[in-house]
Amino acid sequence: MTKLRIVHYLNQFFAGIGGEERAGEAPRVSAGAIGPAGALQRALGDAAEIVATVACGDNYFTEREDAAAAAVVELIRPYAPQLVIAGPAFNAGRYGVACGRVCQAVEEALNVPAVTGMYLENPAVELYRPRVYIVPSGPSAASMAATLQAMTALGLKRARGERLGRPKAEGHLARGLRFTEVAAETAATRAVDMLLRSVRGEAWETEWPLPHYDRVTPPLPLKDVRRATIALVTSGGIVPRGNPDRIESTYATKWSRYSLVGVSDLTPEGWQSIHGGYDTTRANEDPDRVLPVDVLRELEAEGAIGRLHDDYWVFVGSGASTTNARRFAGEMARELRASAVEGVIFTAT
Amino acid sequence: MAKEFERQGIPTAFISTIVPLAESIGPNRIIPGKAITHPLGDPTLSRADEKALRRGLVKRALDALQTEIQAQTVFR
Repeated sequence: MTKLRIVHYLNQFFAGIGGEERAGEAPRVSAGAIGPAGALQRALGDAAEIVATVACGDNYFTEREDAAAAAVVELIRPYAPQLVIAGPAFNAGRYGVACGRVCQAVEEALNVPAVTGMYLENPAVELYRPRVYIVPSGPSAASMAATLQAMTALGLKRARGERLGRPKAEGHLARGLRFTEVAAETAATRAVDMLLRSVRGEAWETEWPLPHYDRVTPPLPLKDVRRATIALVTSGGIVPRGNPDRIESTYATKWSRYSLVGVSDLTPEGWQSIHGGYDTTRANEDPDRVLPVDVLRELEAEGAIGRLHDDYWVFVGSGASTTNARRFAGEMARELRASAVEGVIFTAT
Repeated sequence: MAKEFERQGIPTAFISTIVPLAESIGPNRIIPGKAITHPLGDPTLSRADEKALRRGLVKRALDALQTEIQAQTVFR
């Protein structure tokens, strides 16, 4: 059997170039294995051979990420590897960023699988875990041997084109990718089974772990809503009938903004919900059930609010990725501020 | 998204029916809606009663915008 060709990426420290004082070193390549690659070669056994090692200073890399990643790719390319292994970076932030970025660049530019290793709290984890395969390591190089074992096991599997199982079984951090899988039991049976195990105090594991979300300090409240401009925002997919901007009914990639000037009630003739994640029958009978324009117009006429903003903002929540939602939120927030909106009523379905 | 608006300093009342999910995601001012498919309505009511329900929820949202809070609060 021919050995798989592997290129290893290291920072200046692990490559033996030097410490922080050499963190400005430009990328370089040397044939064969150096530094921890000795342990890596042992982990690989006869299955593969480290044909080259690329090393780069962490500061050099992170100060010019795009250029450095491109340079590293060009150093790797002539060796025609079947797998690239970066790090492990343990809890080193800049090294983590470099490893994540090298893996991403290698997969994109060379179409070669890549694997890295990092400590869970390495700040590069949140940045790169959706994009690349990261094997969890300990915080320091004390976990070098075990981490390299896990990285090579995963890397060899990927290099051979074998289908991967679930992240936990394969020993890497979940990327949030979804795959179709045929289960022996229906979802209902599996859910009741989990519930029973939970009630009995037995160990059980969810099939859909909830991601961790951050918190925001509440801003100061409105002093007097009777003098404030209030805007409506909805994730419920209420749009002018015909969906003029062709917003997707699920996995939306865009949001829109429509005028409410002269509108005192959302009629089924003029408005509809294009949301793909819920039954829109009730919303389409009376779109005010999702976007309460009728009562806000009444409250405006009574002086209970200063005014309802001329426009409302809309997108479809169904399947929207956190990344897209974050972008939508930033773009909308800029418009809301520019429109002197003082308070928002956000309706979600 | 509601959280992002609040991060930008705009008080935001979040009307949602799935309160535990809202609580887990983290918007600060949560108003429980009536139902997932019609958070601000109820097709089983008369038009007048349904509108009164909607008005009540919107007024609760407006109250939430005027309420000083230190942490996430569900306005029931």
